[in-house]
Amino acid sequence: MACHDPCGCEAPNEPMTADQAPVDRHALGRRSFLKRIMTGAAAATTAAAGCGDLSLEQVLQRHYKELSPADKERVFARIKAQTKKRFRTDINLVDPAPIPDVTFAFAISLSVCNGNRACVHACVKENNQSRDPAMQYIKVIELNKGDLNLEKGDMYFEGQVPKKDKFYLPTQCNQCDNPPCVSVCPVGATWKEQDGIVVVDYDWCIGCRYCMAACPYEARRFNFTTPTLARHELNTNQGYLSNRVRPRGVVEKCHFCLHRTRQGAYPACAEACPTGARKFGNLADPTSDVAQIVKNKRVFVLKEELQTGPRVFYYFD
Amino acid sequence: MGTYLRYWRDMIRTALVGPRLYYAWLAALALVIAGGTAAYVMQLQHGLIVTNLSDQVSWGAYIANFTFLVGVAAAAVLLVVPSYVYHRADVKEVVLIGELLAVSAIVMCLAFVTVDIGRPDRVLHMLPGFGQLNFPSSILAWDVVVLSGYLALNMHIPGYLLYRQYLGKPARKRAYLPLVFLSIFWAVSIHTVTAFLYSGLGGRPFWNTAILAPRFLVSAFASGPSILIIVLLAIDKWGPQDVKWSVIQLLRRIVTVMLPLNFFLLGCEVFKEFYTDAAHVISAEYLFFGIGEHATLVPYIWSGLAMSVVGLSIFIWLGERDKRGWLVGASALVVVGVWIEKGMGLVVPGFLPTPAGDLVEYSPSWIEFFVSLGIWALGAFIFTVLAKVALAIQSGSLRHPSAA
Repeated sequence: MACHDPCGCEAPNEPMTADQAPVDRHALGRRSFLKRIMTGAAAATTAAAGCGDLSLEQVLQRHYKELSPADKERVFARIKAQTKKRFRTDINLVDPAPIPDVTFAFAISLSVCNGNRACVHACVKENNQSRDPAMQYIKVIELNKGDLNLEKGDMYFEGQVPKKDKFYLPTQCNQCDNPPCVSVCPVGATWKEQDGIVVVDYDWCIGCRYCMAACPYEARRFNFTTPTLARHELNTNQGYLSNRVRPRGVVEKCHFCLHRTRQGAYPACAEACPTGARKFGNLADPTSDVAQIVKNKRVFVLKEELQTGPRVFYYFD
Repeated sequence: MGTYLRYWRDMIRTALVGPRLYYAWLAALALVIAGGTAAYVMQLQHGLIVTNLSDQVSWGAYIANFTFLVGVAAAAVLLVVPSYVYHRADVKEVVLIGELLAVSAIVMCLAFVTVDIGRPDRVLHMLPGFGQLNFPSSILAWDVVVLSGYLALNMHIPGYLLYRQYLGKPARKRAYLPLVFLSIFWAVSIHTVTAFLYSGLGGRPFWNTAILAPRFLVSAFASGPSILIIVLLAIDKWGPQDVKWSVIQLLRRIVTVMLPLNFFLLGCEVFKEFYTDAAHVISAEYLFFGIGEHATLVPYIWSGLAMSVVGLSIFIWLGERDKRGWLVGASALVVVGVWIEKGMGLVVPGFLPTPAGDLVEYSPSWIEFFVSLGIWALGAFIFTVLAKVALAIQSGSLRHPSAA
């Protein structure tokens, strides 16, 4: 794998001093001395944490919800430039808003899923997850027929599937209606959007991992080091709150491919599934597949007793 | 203003001058702190990948130490109450030491949280104004508030009392007593909030228990006095001030009440888990007996419990006899025993098995070990310096020239 970028591969990141950090000179004139000192100190600390390139603007960047359209334009330009520098590729960075009166949901047929993990691989490809260390949002659990206790399942199964006497249950973020991960975040870096998708502001997360402790579905992943992926692996169709390349030290998770689904496409996992086990759609629309399944099939959710209100339904048929 | 600046100058001077043993102790601590700093710089350069943490066990040694030290800080209240509420003269002589120990413990807590987060450069995101503190929804936000409040209280109260002594003037009760009473409730709140951090999580059945906060407080009231016994005996031996034997006995008696209570609460938890024998017993099984070949914590938790039992037995056997070596030994056993039980023995099994049934073992990496050791040394360093200055003022050797 050819990787010429200091952040992307084995080459260690040299800690950057405050002086080396690119500083927006124009902005400096307007900003106070104190802020400059603060930025210098922060830049020195983060040099390693992020991927170099820690500008004054980046340090002082506000929470996603507080960004004005002009702010967003600047932030997006910065992200595009940084990605270009690292991957020598132009990206298309979008930030589609939730569609009104839409609640996204999955309905997964456990009778049909055969544990082939095509969804897992499609997800990694779509969402620019780190390849080394490898990160996956979807875990497929192999269960013994007659037992739905996840703790007795095996997520590291190998060999030809489906195996006799086994069935398969894919898990991912349930985009809970009442998400425990959101209420525990000390800085409000993760929240539920109008269409039910729980998102993370990768530029706001402080990496305390309290959300990972709170999640009952093991859906959240942490970037223990700078995510590694090669130029040819990069998906250039990126969303700000979804699959853009993540910095080190922050938490991420499945976001129902919001950069696709809010623009009318299916999530990558649903599109890739060769068995048709995955049905995705708008729960608020009674004519949609998912709404029909929830209404007519006998569906269940994981850990119903926790009252998290999962938006991933399972059924047998 | 001039007087106040002189107060600080005199205190700094006192902190910088001392006998050879003082320098040797501080130098040794500084060396350990330097080692910890080097390890932390490596962690900053490479990320938390240098720890043995994983997506499955996402908190480990750092948060375990943090949890234990919140208890140590809260235990200062055990000197504060007899001193300010019941006016025990013998305790009043050392109450400042307890409060300064709390200050050092909170500083260690904040350091442990800081080294645990993935983006220490973004701590400003918690500051109201620039950032947003998710209060009151996030218990972690509560923890930030109560810990910084407790730190402020325990810096202000001794700071004020020492300043008045330095000036040779009596302290005005109005200026500190209301805050002392506030700090008593506050001490209970810091450990309660830290317990709620865990017990509020429905997805982690091992932590999701109502007796976690009582357990935290009771075990803190066993380990905290044990640390105080060691510290006070050291001050009695090397410091300028004698510590009354009755104070040591008070602390010893508190341990002999609190530690059995802690065993009782632990026993209640063990009964509930194993007698019910429902799905969620598996975390406790992992902790106490191991699951298949996954048994990292088994020798660890049993040795911790054994240390607590032996320490308690020594405390009871000793009675009021003046056998300092035994006292220090028993205290050390109780401290380590509780540290194991409510540190790693509580944090790690909460994650295992994972909600999806995964079993990933965790034990700290060398980087985590040295960073943790460095933070402990930092706490000891801060406490030594604070105690030295406080004792100099209290013993009368450090006074403003105008003081009578």
